[in-house]
Amino acid sequence: MNELFSLLLSGITVGFIYALVGMGFTVIYNSSGIINFSQGEFVMAGGMSAVFLLKTGMPFGLVFILSIAITALLGILLWKLIDISKEKSIISMIILTLGYSIFLRGLAAVIFDKELHTLPSFVGNGSFEIFGAVLTYQSLLIMVVSIIIVISLHLFFSKTKTGKAMVATSDNVNSAKLMGINIKRILMLNFALSAMIAAIGGILLAPITSTNYEIGIMLGLKGFSAAVIGGLSQPFGAVVGGLVLGILESLVAGYISSEYKDAVAFIALLGILFFMPGGIFSNLKAKRV
Amino acid sequence: MKNIKLKNIKDLIILSAILVIIPFLLKNGFYYEIVILCILNAIICIGLNLLIGYAGQISLGHGGLAALGAYITVILTTNYAFPALLSLFISVVFMAIFAYVISKPILKLQGHYLAMATLGVGIIIYITLNAQANITGGPDGMGVGLFSVFGYAIDTNLKWYIFSAVFLILLIAIFKNIINSPFGRIMRGIRDSSQAVSSVGADVAKYKSYVFVISVIVAVVASSMYAFFSGFISPGEASFNRSIELVVMVVFGGIGRIYGALIGAVFLTVLPQMLTSFEDYETLVYGAIIIFVMIFMPKGIISLFDRFNKAIHANS
Amino acid sequence: MFKKIIKFLLFIGLLTFGTVFINAAGVIKIGAIVASTGPASFIGSPELKTLKLYVKKINNKGGVLGKKIQLIYYDTGANPRKAVSFAKRLIFEDKVVAIIGPSTTGETMAIIPFVQRAKIPLVSMGGGISIIKPVKKYVFKIVATDRMACKKLMGYMKKEGITKIAMISGSGGFGKSMRKQCKEVAPNYGIKILADETYGKKDTDMTSQLIKIKNTKGIQAVLNPGFGQGPAIVTKNYRQLKIPYPLFESHGVASKKYIEIAGKAANGVILVSPPVVVANKLSNANPLKKVCMDYTKEYKNAYHSDIASFGGHAYDSLYAIVDAIKKEHSINPQKIRDGLESLKNFVGIDGVVNMSKTNHLGLDTKTGLVLLRIKNGDWSIIK
Repeated sequence: MNELFSLLLSGITVGFIYALVGMGFTVIYNSSGIINFSQGEFVMAGGMSAVFLLKTGMPFGLVFILSIAITALLGILLWKLIDISKEKSIISMIILTLGYSIFLRGLAAVIFDKELHTLPSFVGNGSFEIFGAVLTYQSLLIMVVSIIIVISLHLFFSKTKTGKAMVATSDNVNSAKLMGINIKRILMLNFALSAMIAAIGGILLAPITSTNYEIGIMLGLKGFSAAVIGGLSQPFGAVVGGLVLGILESLVAGYISSEYKDAVAFIALLGILFFMPGGIFSNLKAKRV
Repeated sequence: MKNIKLKNIKDLIILSAILVIIPFLLKNGFYYEIVILCILNAIICIGLNLLIGYAGQISLGHGGLAALGAYITVILTTNYAFPALLSLFISVVFMAIFAYVISKPILKLQGHYLAMATLGVGIIIYITLNAQANITGGPDGMGVGLFSVFGYAIDTNLKWYIFSAVFLILLIAIFKNIINSPFGRIMRGIRDSSQAVSSVGADVAKYKSYVFVISVIVAVVASSMYAFFSGFISPGEASFNRSIELVVMVVFGGIGRIYGALIGAVFLTVLPQMLTSFEDYETLVYGAIIIFVMIFMPKGIISLFDRFNKAIHANS
Repeated sequence: MFKKIIKFLLFIGLLTFGTVFINAAGVIKIGAIVASTGPASFIGSPELKTLKLYVKKINNKGGVLGKKIQLIYYDTGANPRKAVSFAKRLIFEDKVVAIIGPSTTGETMAIIPFVQRAKIPLVSMGGGISIIKPVKKYVFKIVATDRMACKKLMGYMKKEGITKIAMISGSGGFGKSMRKQCKEVAPNYGIKILADETYGKKDTDMTSQLIKIKNTKGIQAVLNPGFGQGPAIVTKNYRQLKIPYPLFESHGVASKKYIEIAGKAANGVILVSPPVVVANKLSNANPLKKVCMDYTKEYKNAYHSDIASFGGHAYDSLYAIVDAIKKEHSINPQKIRDGLESLKNFVGIDGVVNMSKTNHLGLDTKTGLVLLRIKNGDWSIIK
């Protein structure tokens, strides 16, 4: 029983990380219909910026804000690149974001370096023991921060003018335009927001796993799977999707085979796409032919 | 009638002429390597282009599918001493069935969801190839034996070149026929509007599956050829990076154009060699080039040739 | 527009291929294939830096046989297909007389048929034993094999009375290969492997696998073959789960980076390592001390960062070739090969090298590897 609980706990911890990455996908998809294949690189940018800014001796609060700001700028840059694209078909946007992810990786390798780096744990290295399972302070922090982000986003989307405008835009672009909403600006904010969420994820993650210019690839793919599992059109589906994915991975690695742990995300992805393309919650079906 | 026929094969004649001249320009084994790689990549891309450009579907997992087929060919030949051609045949049949079976649920999806499903398939294949080390040699890959056709060994650069070039010409000829046939018209119909197509009674799902299978078969053959040519295969051939590389080649060159796929394959096979002088900046430049082309030349590099052609003909 | 692009492409093409035409008569062309970007950049980047540093040093001192060395290097990103292309480019286009690298075993195995056919000597920097066993005429390496690492670790385990262990390995080439070697070698030391887990290279959490291991009865120690971020995370998770047995690591973690990332969790870990990592702690009687100390100092001065043990492989490969050239008094590839094969008492960073017709590795476990324990964030040599 202890073992099961340990596995669940570690799965939930990882799950929240996938959730943070996945939320970024959802925000951009809902506002622009684009799947951003460079989302993982935003996570990387947040973590790496934090590492290198911290080395300059800046106080941590400033490092945190600056890292998020830098990543937000990268998000806005992507928005701009998409904006000036002559054609915005699904496939050219997929390749554009893929190209951007390669570009960001190359940029990170040059501006930072190719080594592994870590951030000191923000809350120390201690841990609790619950039912024989171990929960580190940092993992708890990730959970708490993720939940705060989710609640903040919910409030933002439902209570603030900008947030409501964002929701309106993703529901129906034309009506939004009629209401006088500046679509371009909303879109830009969405990209920035998505990048910021990713950056926070990257900064939280670095003390646990270390960061390096290449971490974006797998994280992006798994975060994406999380978003799809929860339902791309559900704003917070990524949270549930991430947790489900994390737990599934953990259980598979614990009880079946650790060789195929990575495959879990993609098998789950395929499963959802075949049987419930709209995600666990959604009644909306993906476009089927 | 004769005029139309001649016009239709004018491009093939020009291409054949170019292919015949090329060996005389190739100074050494390195150039052969690059050219043969270009041709084999082009073959895969032409098949993939049928799927993406003509049938309007997306596949982000073709690297995985191609590599799986190549591995089957290689394992049968190297570990079980099957004749190479027989191994290839078995692999093609297996992959065709495999592709057909998975195409049924996958091609029901559209757009991003389709892209994601193919992505998932490709990565699962990659992980499996890595994990089953006792059969596949694992992450370090495995060596591949010689390729011989009915006792005749294809072991020199020139022989490989001729073999690949002939394959390329035949493939283009066949595909041109497919595209202009009733089957091809239905395919293009599906790309433009599947509702219109099903309203005239064609089984859309079946056609999409056929195109998918064809593109996989072509990719498996070319991939197997490359494994024999290089004497080595590794799971990296199934990686997400490889799958992206193939799609970028097709889109870069120009979707929906056979020669677009060819140009794209050549350009992106040669590009890494030309970028070596950028050293640390290579990844950065590579990414920037992709971004640039997708923003300003979404119809692909072939659109430049189109403008060139137009300019010439405008004056005549 | 079209014409401009063609011109531009031609220009770029000439720039890159044009270097071939700069055929200075008095130059020794040595090729290098390194994975300085991509998943093995951890390994390839220090290797390339080392090569550049010492080629410059050698040239500043007048070169070899009065000729300067021209280092022609390509980055593969650890992709075997690229390794093949670049090997062909080095051999046929750049016409090098010897090749250093590639950085990984997978890439090395891919290019071996070509260097054998082209009869160009290759000094690989990969770790796998398959590179030099069976012996191939033109292939050498001066890197301790994963099998040697297993033997060194298990020899120590046997001495400490450890007979039952668990393994948790990375699923990359390095981890997988070493896992295989350790499983083969274990019976020779009376060691039984009761649990055998793996993790993906990019995994961020190994708790599930470690929980399984923790619950396996009878285990006295855990061995973790792997490199990169994996072992650091394993180590952290290991301590978080409060697993009481000693943790053994491979030479993949023989760098300060590992200690930096694993933090306090690394304390108490026992690992096998090339001696250069503890250059300043080696006894003065150790023949490797001087070359290791010099390397550590020179690298730090040039790059303002600590050495990574992998760089030592590059150093040894380069100097072995230089030594061979001097001994044979020739830059003919065949002669260089002969010179490499007859290397005797060559004091490299990775050990004292003695090659022969049947031994293209030349290293032994006694001088080539040391056992370290991490104490207070630093290495301490286990005698």
